[in-house]
Amino acid sequence: MSNKINHSMSLAKPDALDITNKQKIALAIGIIGLLILTLALFNTDFPNKGLFLTLALGLISGGIIIYSREAYLSKLEGIKNDGVWFKSISSRGTWGWIVGVILTAFYIILYFFPKYLGLGTDGAENTGLISLFDPLSKLLSGRPASQWFVYGTLYTVAILAFGYKFILKYRHNRYQQLRTGSVMFFQLGFAFLIPEFMYVMNNDLPYYDLKSVWPLNYYIFDEWSVNGFLSNGNIGLALILFGIISIFVITPILTYKYGKRWYCSWVCGCGGLAETAGDSFRQLSSKKMSAWKLERWLIHTVLVFSVVMTVAMIYTYLGYDKNDFWLTRGVFISLVIGFLTLVFAGVMYFKRQELGKDAKYGAIGFFVVIALLLIMHFTGTTNQIFYIKSGALRSAYGLYIGSIFSGVIGTGFYPILGSRSWCRFGCPMAAILGFQQRLFSKFRITTNGGQCISCGNCSNSCEMGIDVRAYAQKGENIVRSSCVGCGICSAVCPRGVLKLENDSMEGRINPTEVLLGNDVDLMDLVNKK
Amino acid sequence: MKEHIVIIGNGISGVTAARHIRKLSDKKITIVSAETEYFFSRTALMYIYMGHMKFEHTQPYENWFWKKNRIDLKKGYVSNIDTDAKTLHFAEGDSLKYDKLIIATGSKPNKFGWPGQDLEGVMGMYHKQDLENLEKHAPNKEVCKRAVIVGGGLIGIELAEMLNSRSIPVTFLVREDSFWNGVLPSGESEMINRHIKNHHIDLRLGMNLKEIKSDENGKVKSIIIQETGEEIECNVVGLTAGVSPNIDFIKDSNIETGRGVKVNRYLETNIPDVYAIGDCAEQHEGINGRRPIEAVWYTGRMMGETLAQTICGNKIQYNPGHWFNSAKFMDIEYQTYGWVFANPRENEAHFHWKHEDDTKCITICYDTTTNAFLGINTFGIRMRHETFDTWLTEKRDVDYVINHLSEANFDPEFYSHYEADILLAYNKQLQTA
Ligand SMILES: Cc1cc2nc3c(=O)[nH]c(=O)nc-3n(C[C@H](O)[C@H](O)[C@H](O)COP(=O)(O)OP(=O)(O)OC[C@H]3O[C@@H](n4cnc5c(N)ncnc54)[C@H](O)[C@@H]3O)c2cc1C
Ligand code: SF4
Ligand code: SF4
Repeated sequence: MSNKINHSMSLAKPDALDITNKQKIALAIGIIGLLILTLALFNTDFPNKGLFLTLALGLISGGIIIYSREAYLSKLEGIKNDGVWFKSISSRGTWGWIVGVILTAFYIILYFFPKYLGLGTDGAENTGLISLFDPLSKLLSGRPASQWFVYGTLYTVAILAFGYKFILKYRHNRYQQLRTGSVMFFQLGFAFLIPEFMYVMNNDLPYYDLKSVWPLNYYIFDEWSVNGFLSNGNIGLALILFGIISIFVITPILTYKYGKRWYCSWVCGCGGLAETAGDSFRQLSSKKMSAWKLERWLIHTVLVFSVVMTVAMIYTYLGYDKNDFWLTRGVFISLVIGFLTLVFAGVMYFKRQELGKDAKYGAIGFFVVIALLLIMHFTGTTNQIFYIKSGALRSAYGLYIGSIFSGVIGTGFYPILGSRSWCRFGCPMAAILGFQQRLFSKFRITTNGGQCISCGNCSNSCEMGIDVRAYAQKGENIVRSSCVGCGICSAVCPRGVLKLENDSMEGRINPTEVLLGNDVDLMDLVNKK
Repeated sequence: MKEHIVIIGNGISGVTAARHIRKLSDKKITIVSAETEYFFSRTALMYIYMGHMKFEHTQPYENWFWKKNRIDLKKGYVSNIDTDAKTLHFAEGDSLKYDKLIIATGSKPNKFGWPGQDLEGVMGMYHKQDLENLEKHAPNKEVCKRAVIVGGGLIGIELAEMLNSRSIPVTFLVREDSFWNGVLPSGESEMINRHIKNHHIDLRLGMNLKEIKSDENGKVKSIIIQETGEEIECNVVGLTAGVSPNIDFIKDSNIETGRGVKVNRYLETNIPDVYAIGDCAEQHEGINGRRPIEAVWYTGRMMGETLAQTICGNKIQYNPGHWFNSAKFMDIEYQTYGWVFANPRENEAHFHWKHEDDTKCITICYDTTTNAFLGINTFGIRMRHETFDTWLTEKRDVDYVINHLSEANFDPEFYSHYEADILLAYNKQLQTA
């Protein structure tokens, strides 16, 4: 017997795997592209901006493409996770921190100090990095670039180039390829090109990314936005109606049929970036129970905040008097409370059992919202709600949630917290979809009888920090509100245990103690509830 | 005083037993292990070396779990069991009393007395310490210029994949004339041969190890192949010629042992209040065509589930259902349900289908007199455990299974389906037969 008790229990960290010469060249090409952008940032005035912009974006994309072709096409199809926990960038090593700091700094400048990117204010010409993007912006919509245009372009390039990488990485997996193709399409078309073209057709319309649904798109019901739409006749009206239908009709139907993945993993831009550019960081999300607890508090707090904030926003620009417009403040508040009560009562009536202990928290959340709305209604004045200036709430939300949480922490911290920390801890849209997925959806991840070997590959790869193994090793289907249906757990499972499926609601949640394969009488005895 | 249940071994069997005993009772539970502080998944050892996961990710339960569930953990090596005094004696010098004892000590790698088998750089791949040893001797392709693996089973091919992930050249000695063909039918086994070679692994079929040669420092220098006399220089030799029960320390106790710890259908040994489960347990007779020793993950778990009932007053036999198992050969997943033997036994026949891309195939075994479906091996196509379990229980015939194969498909959405193709091949075979 070879029980070597005295050995140290730590595994030395081995050398990271080498990259090939071709990959080194690809890296160099990409870095030259980045260098051009950096030079522009430091106000290098390139003679032919169009050319240099093309060159910069081309080199970056080219670098990524060559790198990934070399990484994946030279090998047989299969799971390609060798060394992810050895590489400094993907295991919170020095490179991970460096990239994290650079990304975070970029977001802070983007949101709070766009002038350092070269944004021309008060009609002045753009300089620096933003001016480099002027030719492209003019080509698409005729106006000079803004910091948001720069960001949108880089974002789109990232999703496209890293999306290509992802498709190669999973070239044996059709589900992964199709959904990546889908997020690439929605990003390029819906988030990037269509809004620009809409601007060309009608330049009074507010920016509207059709796929971005409230509450993710928290500004759609702002006064300027609503006025902007309404002052544009039928098309504007149609757009705002589409916004309302999106959240109240389309979203529930699709989520019922397919789970929240239809949005989070097939359409959403935040999700799209996380799945493509963020793919190397997915394993960094914490799987601890404590992280799950934090997640549930945070994300629902943000949801409450966003609901109250939106209601308050709309509330402030509605009148008191029926004669102006049928929708008065009183009617509006009553409608909202009525709707929320209906949802709450319905859930408690039909799903009380399934919710178990969570029902208590759901009830607390519900009553907090109702209380807040009532307080608002009875203490609010024309220009104050909650005793603060009415716009302040909206600004606070925009600043803390819209900018700092979703951008700076959500994306800047990819290499530290994993790729989906915004989706997991902050996104109010994910909270709504998740709530529905948990209670009214055909979607689940089915576990394959007794086949799980508890290896942990699934949990390790889950960007949402779900401890998939905890369910799989009990033979229990995974029905979790946070699951975005990325399908990576299923892909990496070496024993074919997990399958994302839409099937009937019956028996969707199936806690088991004794797994398939054992004595049938024992299974009956222990599993009967 | 509460009854004290002591479990030797914190692998899947021991831990499953402990968890279920805790669920059913308030007994005092202690798990003893010499290997690691906390339970980890042995089956995931390879992924640590390959960098897919870190060691802590292979631990199925967070560290607080044990305290919360009042399961005491003791690290120590049991050197001796005194069944009269119901006491364990540890190599560290201390001892522990038990009321009931569960032996779940797992396996150890086989060594067949090869010259040089204890040299530095020679290792099995079973315990965490083996992995640490491998990390020491084969951190990269500069330190380990070549590794030789001896023994073509499931662990051997995992070791080959591990070394391959660090670009270390591998020579893979397999005694059989085709990979794992004592278990796999030839069509499958040959497909895996080709897959191994596609990974640039130097697969040597029908070759045995003669001896391992040492350099002047007692480290591996090379090996000699029995059949050809060829000498292959290498820095690491992996011995993966199967495992056997890890029970040497029990041999001089009163507990009856054969190859493993002998148990009856209730998982009881010859000594009252002493039980054995998992890899180390040996049934007096194999159950329903199973082997007396079943060294797989699932059976360890099932024995743990069962024994917990017995210990908590609901005495039941270990009565496993239909056989199933799974593995992965580099990039090709393998699952099996029911019985498919390498060669059809009497009154049995195989239907074999292979996809032209040479990475997917299935073999269905059926009874030639009754046409009853007996089992399936599937490679590169995931199938549903529950569906086959039901079909086996319902004793479906092979026509039914082939015609309903799509119900059993478990591949991710949007994958290509092959059922039509399989059916076509099946009908064609019937016509020519
Ligand atoms: C690399 C590898 C891959 C595998 N892959 C698969 C797979 O894919 N599917 C599958 O079904 N099976 C697989 N197996 C087999 C499976 O892991 C074993 O069947 C299973 O782990 C056995 O569990 P166990 O609880 O019986 O024993 P073990 O997991 O071996 O646990 C026994 C524990 O007891 C300790 N111990 C032993 N003697 C003493 C003592 N005297 N004092 C104190 N402690 C002691 C040991 O150190 C060990 O920690 C694999 C095995 C290996 C090595
Ligand atoms: S559970 Fe699986 S499908 Fe869901 S988010 Fe996690 S990895 Fe993706
Ligand atoms: S990856 Fe598969 S086998 Fe491994 S723990 Fe997850 S479900 Fe189980």
